[in-house]
Amino acid sequence: MSVKKDSKWKRIVFHIILLISVVIAVYPALRVFGTSLRPGDSLHSTSLAIIPDDATFDAYKTLIFDKGFLIWLRNSLLVTFFTVVIGVSLASTAGYVFSRKRFPGRKSGLTFFLLTQMFPATMLLLPMYILLAQFGLTDQTVVVPFLGMAKAHIGLIIMYSSTALPLCVWQMKGYYDTIPESLEEAALVDGLNQFQAFYKIILPLAKPALVITALFSFMTAWNEYMVARVVMTDNSLYTLPVGLTNLAGQFNTAWAEFAAASVLIMLPVMAVFLLLSRFLVGGLTLGGVKG
Amino acid sequence: MSQSDENLRFTSALSNFSIKDFWREHKFSYMMLLPAFIVVLFVVIYPFFYNFRLAFSNLNMYNMRQFIQSDQLTYIGIDNFIQIITESSFWIILLRTVAWTVINVVAHVGFGIFYAIILDRDLMFKSIYRTLLVIPWAIPQYIVVLIWKGMFNFRYGAVNLLLRKIGVPGVAWLSQASTGFSAALIVNIWLGIPFMMMIALGGLQSIDPNFYEAAEIDGASNWQQIKHITLPLLKPVMLPAVILGVVWTFNNLRVIYLLTQNTLTNKIDILVTHVYRSAFEFYRYGYAAAFSLIIFVILLVWAISFIDYINED
Repeated sequence: MSVKKDSKWKRIVFHIILLISVVIAVYPALRVFGTSLRPGDSLHSTSLAIIPDDATFDAYKTLIFDKGFLIWLRNSLLVTFFTVVIGVSLASTAGYVFSRKRFPGRKSGLTFFLLTQMFPATMLLLPMYILLAQFGLTDQTVVVPFLGMAKAHIGLIIMYSSTALPLCVWQMKGYYDTIPESLEEAALVDGLNQFQAFYKIILPLAKPALVITALFSFMTAWNEYMVARVVMTDNSLYTLPVGLTNLAGQFNTAWAEFAAASVLIMLPVMAVFLLLSRFLVGGLTLGGVKG
Repeated sequence: MSQSDENLRFTSALSNFSIKDFWREHKFSYMMLLPAFIVVLFVVIYPFFYNFRLAFSNLNMYNMRQFIQSDQLTYIGIDNFIQIITESSFWIILLRTVAWTVINVVAHVGFGIFYAIILDRDLMFKSIYRTLLVIPWAIPQYIVVLIWKGMFNFRYGAVNLLLRKIGVPGVAWLSQASTGFSAALIVNIWLGIPFMMMIALGGLQSIDPNFYEAAEIDGASNWQQIKHITLPLLKPVMLPAVILGVVWTFNNLRVIYLLTQNTLTNKIDILVTHVYRSAFEFYRYGYAAAFSLIIFVILLVWAISFIDYINED
C-alpha cells in the first residue's frame, strides 16, 4: 500500500473532484428511486429533487400484486442460481489446470477462451436460437412444475453459463497464479491426490476470486435481456429484465411501476456489490496474467 | 546445449512416447478442462460453424419454419457478403462503430486510471468514495440505459433541467443522430469507468512503494512519478482489460439498441445493433449471419495485429 502525503489544497481538490463524480455516479439510481415514489398522476415533473412531495408506495403495491413481478422474480432466481453454480464450478476447475499444469494445448486453450469473447453476441445468438428451437428448448412448456422451470429456461441457463465462462476462467487462472505452488506439493507429499489437493487446499484459498467469479456469473444471468427477449414469449416465463422492459414499453402508463421494478431489481445487485467491494480490489486479477 | 544433443533428446522422447504415459501424465488436466470445454463447444463452437452455413443461405422469415422442420436451406453463395459490402450504409456503420469503440475505451481507461490514482493516495473517506463510484457498474445495464433515456427527455429529463439551471438551452438529445450518438457515448462512458477503475486500482496496489521512495529521493515530481513509474507498471495489468474492453464495446448491443428504441431507431446503429435488428426485427437470418461473420473477422484481425504490436514493443 503506497501512502502518499499531499498538501492540503491538493487534497481539497481531490475531494471536490471525487464528490462531483460520486454525485454523477449515484444520481441516476436515486432518480429512479424518487420516480418510483411518485403517485400516478404526476409522472412528469420538472423538479430535480429526489423525493417527491406527495410520495407514495402505490407503484410497488400494483407491481407486486397486479403485475407478474413475483413470477418474473422466481424465474430470474431460478435461471441465475443454476448459471452461477455451473459457471463457478466450470471456471474454478478449468482455471486451475491452466494456472498449474503444463500440457499440450494449454496456450492455445487460453487464447481460444479469449477469442470466444470476440464473437459478436448476435453471431452466436441466431444459430443458438435455431439450435435451441431444434432441440425443443425454446418451448414454453414447463418441465419442472414445482419450480416453474420451462424448457426455455434450460436453454437460457446453458447460454448464460457459457457467456461469462471465458472471462471467469481467465479471472480464476490469474488468481491461482498468485497462490504459491509449494502448498500443493506439500499436500501431495502428505498423500492427497491431485484433485483433493485442488479441492481441499487451493479452492478455499481462492475464495476472493471465487466470489468475483460468482459475481460475474450472477450479473450475466440477472441482467441479461437481449437473449431472453428472443427466447421467452410467454408472460409467465419472463425473467425480470424482459418483464421490466415490457413495462417500459408502455412508457407513459407504467413509468412509476417501471421505476419501482428497477429499484427492486437493483437493490439486491447493489447490496451484493457493496458487500463484496473489498473482494473486488483483491479478487479482480484479470491483469495478473503471466504467460 | 548443442544441436545434436537436442536432436537426441527429441528422438528419444519420441521413441519413448506412448499414449498410456501421455494419458497418465495429463489425465488430470484434461479431465478438469472437459466440462468447461463441452459447454463452450456446444454454445460457441457449434453455433459458430452453424453460422457459417447460414451465412451462405437465404434463410428468412418465410422459409424459417420449413428450415426448422426439415433442415432445408437454399444456398445463394456469397450473395449476402456482396450485398453487405456494396451497401453504402455498411461503411458508415463501420466508421461509426470504430469511433464508438475508440472514444469509449479511451475514456474508460483514462478516467479509470485517473480515479484509481486519486483513490490510491492517502485520503479521508476513500473507501466510501470507492464504493460509491462502483455503483454504475452495479446497476443492471438495461435499467441504466432506460433511466438515462428518461434523463435525456427534452422537457422533463434531468440533463436538460440541469442545463437550463445553468442557463444553457435544453438539447433535444434523442431526436437527432448527432446528439443521440453523444447521449449514447455519455451513457456508455458512465457505465464503463468503474470496471477499469477497479482493475487499475488492483494494479496500483501491486506496485512496490520503494519505487516511489527512490524517485522521491531523486527529486522526481508527482507528475514525473506517474509518468515514469505508475503508467509503465500499470501497462501489463491494463492490457488484457483494454483488449476485453475494446471487444465488449465493439460488441455492445444494449446501450445503443435500448436508447434508440422507438426514437432514433436505425439512425445511430453500430454494427452489432444493425445485425440484431436485421435478424430479430426484419428476420433476414442469412444476411445477419453473413454480417456477424464479417464483424468477427474485423475483430479477429484487430486482435491479432494488436497482440503482435504489443509483443514487438
